[in-house]
Amino acid sequence: MGLLSDPNRRRALISMLTRLNAPICVVCYFAGVAWFMGLAFEPFTLRTYMSENAMGSTMVEERFPAGERALATGREFAAHKKKVGGMPVDWLVKNMQDRGLEVFTQSFSRTLPFPDENKERYIVKGTNVYGILRAPRAPRTEALVLSAPCSPGDNNNQAVGLLLGLAQYFRNQIYWAKDIIFLVNEHDLIGMQAWLEGYHHTNTTGMSWSPLQGRGGSIQAALSLELSSDVITSLDLVLEGLNGQLPNLDLANLFYAFCQKIGVLCTIQGKLQRNDWDSVSGYNHAVQTMMLMVMKQASGRPWGDHGLFLRYHIEAATIKGVNSFRQYKTDATTIGRLLEGMYRKLNNLLERLHQSYFFYLMPSLSHFVSIGYYMPAFGLLAVILLLRALDLWVQLNTPPSTTEDGVADIDQVRHTLLSVLTPLVISHLTGVALYALPIRFQETAVEHFPVSETEAVVLTAIAIYTAGLALPHNTHRYYIVSTVPDVRGWRVLKLVAVLYLAVLLGCTALINFSLGFILALTLVPLAAFVTPHVPKVLSAFILVILSPACTLLFSVFFFQELQDMPVSFQDGWLLYLSVISQGILDHSLYGSLVYPLIALLVYPCWLLFWNILFWK
Amino acid sequence: MAAPLTLLLIVAVTIRAALFRSSLAELIAERVEVVSPITAWKRVVEGLALLDLGVSPYSGDVFHETPLIIYMFHFLVDYAEITFMTFVFGALCVCICFFFIYLSLMPFQFRKQKFALEADRYPMDSLELIRSPKEMYYVPLKVAMFYLLNPFTILSCVAKSTCGLNNAVLALFFLSTIKGNVLLSAIFLCLATYQSIYPITLCAPAMLYFMQRQYIPVNFHRVSFWWFIVQYLFMYLGSLFVLICLSFFLLGSWDYLPSVYGFILSVPDLTPNIGLFWYFFAEMFEHFRLFFLCVFQINVFFYTIPLSIKLKEHPVFLIFMQLAVISIFKSYPTVGDVALYLAFLPVWSHLHRFLRNIFLVSCVLLACSALFPVLWHLWIYAGSANSNFYYAITLLFNVAQILLVSDYFYAFLRREHHLTNGLYLKRKDGSEATLILK
Repeated sequence: MGLLSDPNRRRALISMLTRLNAPICVVCYFAGVAWFMGLAFEPFTLRTYMSENAMGSTMVEERFPAGERALATGREFAAHKKKVGGMPVDWLVKNMQDRGLEVFTQSFSRTLPFPDENKERYIVKGTNVYGILRAPRAPRTEALVLSAPCSPGDNNNQAVGLLLGLAQYFRNQIYWAKDIIFLVNEHDLIGMQAWLEGYHHTNTTGMSWSPLQGRGGSIQAALSLELSSDVITSLDLVLEGLNGQLPNLDLANLFYAFCQKIGVLCTIQGKLQRNDWDSVSGYNHAVQTMMLMVMKQASGRPWGDHGLFLRYHIEAATIKGVNSFRQYKTDATTIGRLLEGMYRKLNNLLERLHQSYFFYLMPSLSHFVSIGYYMPAFGLLAVILLLRALDLWVQLNTPPSTTEDGVADIDQVRHTLLSVLTPLVISHLTGVALYALPIRFQETAVEHFPVSETEAVVLTAIAIYTAGLALPHNTHRYYIVSTVPDVRGWRVLKLVAVLYLAVLLGCTALINFSLGFILALTLVPLAAFVTPHVPKVLSAFILVILSPACTLLFSVFFFQELQDMPVSFQDGWLLYLSVISQGILDHSLYGSLVYPLIALLVYPCWLLFWNILFWK
Repeated sequence: MAAPLTLLLIVAVTIRAALFRSSLAELIAERVEVVSPITAWKRVVEGLALLDLGVSPYSGDVFHETPLIIYMFHFLVDYAEITFMTFVFGALCVCICFFFIYLSLMPFQFRKQKFALEADRYPMDSLELIRSPKEMYYVPLKVAMFYLLNPFTILSCVAKSTCGLNNAVLALFFLSTIKGNVLLSAIFLCLATYQSIYPITLCAPAMLYFMQRQYIPVNFHRVSFWWFIVQYLFMYLGSLFVLICLSFFLLGSWDYLPSVYGFILSVPDLTPNIGLFWYFFAEMFEHFRLFFLCVFQINVFFYTIPLSIKLKEHPVFLIFMQLAVISIFKSYPTVGDVALYLAFLPVWSHLHRFLRNIFLVSCVLLACSALFPVLWHLWIYAGSANSNFYYAITLLFNVAQILLVSDYFYAFLRREHHLTNGLYLKRKDGSEATLILK
């Protein structure tokens, strides 16, 4: 405690921190970025390993034989799907019953707040069909889920076929200790949401669904299968779920282990693993993979049907079959064997998956970066905010006080308080408007402008965002009549804003590291340099460039670049608009938190800095 | 002064009423930081239901409030709004009491200062440390603001935690103490003790205050000293006896003793909260439990002795220290308890120039308050973090509180030192000296 109590050493430390504040901040920023980039370098990462004993050492022999028959079932399913023009509920019920499952259906309906132009849906009605294979060897208190979405067009027929084939095969085995639920969900995530809410008796998003007639035990793990061709070249593992939540790393390990064992090519983020980590291109590859994961996680949306399971404390992942132009092909029997193996291992679980990591980034499927390694990168950025706050605090405490008597002092305090409170309240009200108005005013906008509902929502959001910049920021000058020059005002406001940002980013980074880090990357430098005395036009330009909306725009282009699908500016802009509408939809459909976070907290915080820049 | 105070009251009541009406109220009432197993409104409702059925409210190990509280609410609960108003009232009551405390404290302080000044006790260069009435004019308003607009108090009030009522009783105790009414002071202290045991340590500051006021020297060889102590304790224990018997006759059994006081002292409920007990006792081997229970509980009471010795001239500051110690180390603390002693901070605004870590500590307290719900979400809902994350924040929160309190303690002692020795200390060789706490 010497540092806290010895005044001389404290003074030395504080004077050093205030004198060297700017250089330390710059060093911290670059160190943070460098640390983050270093995470993808293989020697700095850990190899994945199976932590769960129940899944580690047991030998499992996969015997699933009926790939071809599953594909035939898939073709039959496709034919019925085409005939009905949607989900062939009766055919599915009959088929599942034939395979000896307890079959139930659930119907649901949901009206979207505005039409979803990407998936072309507005009023959604559908039915989920699920069959339960009761565990013959245990008291049926736990369950596993295998799901396949029934997608429009020719997609995913093979997945449903394989699901039915596996159901038939699993039915004849005697070793199941957990119920296995085979679920075919319609309208991808919306159907999944309805089913999960029905299963857990919750209703968080105001969707209407019929209650489930049959139920298994508490769900331990779930896999969602997406398969669109008879043979595939590789399997892709999708982990990112709602709000950037990830399943336990053991699930990824399990998948990787079986791919290795059976000899299937496996990818993550669509990127194969490479062994040349010491070459520049190998490192680039790892960085690309990791950055893709970071971008996907930061978006906070579920990237597969598994994404909603995670909210219910169920470890889940999506497995996607990819058919590209590689030589090496894998048939449905092999995929069936892989899934059989994974389910048999999951069947051996004695408790929920909890041994391995929940916070990780993956530069490749065989390596991961745990929270202890990536948090310092964020910490180095956050430290900048604390250093700036300390500097401001010291500045606020040292100026020679011009007022002698107490009354003037009180006036000063009150005046500072008001001049800080006003921008705080105004910027938060703007945030509330940004959050609430776009959906409210879509009808009015459609009446008056030649735009569709979706465009109306997005454009209203952008308009409110831009209008926020033009708000009268210097309200304090209207009621101030005192002649005392206000030297404290902006410093106090900046102190508040910097601490606010630090707490906000810290909390965000804990829940969703990627989002917190990306926001910190852009907002921290801005928070560090803004004062009323910097050149106005240039700083205003930088501030706008670093604002959350522009960050999103860059992220869209960057994401396309990472996926090796660069887009022109025109397309990028359209994509940007659709990303915003998807963000708002994700919030109202599934309860994703990114949109409210940005609108209600990050944007007002950014407005505070905008305020400081134009302080008079 | 009246206008800003009225405005403040209106704002405070509006915020509470708006929150109480919104859907947030239910969420807040479930937060472990805001309600403890003792103060949760949900449990009081359970107790009321049992009472209505003619069963002892303490059967079933859910309800742990005192019998007087449950009979009071049994009286009130038919009117939902009235119940809410009780809590608003509790909060307001605390504020108003604080307000009066300070109003009545001021003349006394000044009288003391004046005597000392006339007697030339203070060196000339420490005159700037002496508080002027002008500086003090707004302090009561600030106290009221610190209590009423403190998010902790608002949360605790909206959650209908009975902690607000405990705070009100404590505030009444200060008020009557500072007004110099020995009997009322003893009665309210006894009520507070009856509610949660720990306020018993406030006996010492109360008695010190009265002795100072009545010019009774704190001297173990004087009869008047012992006579006063006997008088005060008689009133205190007498009213405690009355209360306990009253509870017995109301309830018709002694059920409540193990289930209220046993519950507080033996800490069987290890629901996470902002205190230090839950994690420690959840992790501990059973056969060490009794030993550490004694250690933890003695810890709460023990600080009374050294603090009373050190601060025997300054009982009001001693009350503040005691409250802080209780709210940090008690077995089921909530943010409502923290808010009570935080409301005292503006009273010590003259100590600000001697505070050392206030910036660091307030940053930590702020960050912790934001991190509590985040880590709770990660642990309980997302399932990706675990109890260690949450406990780490609890620990940090308590360390920050302890640093805050010790910082104020240090600043207080240092001001006293400067008042007697002059503000600008010189070494023996004439160079400027600095005070170092080792």
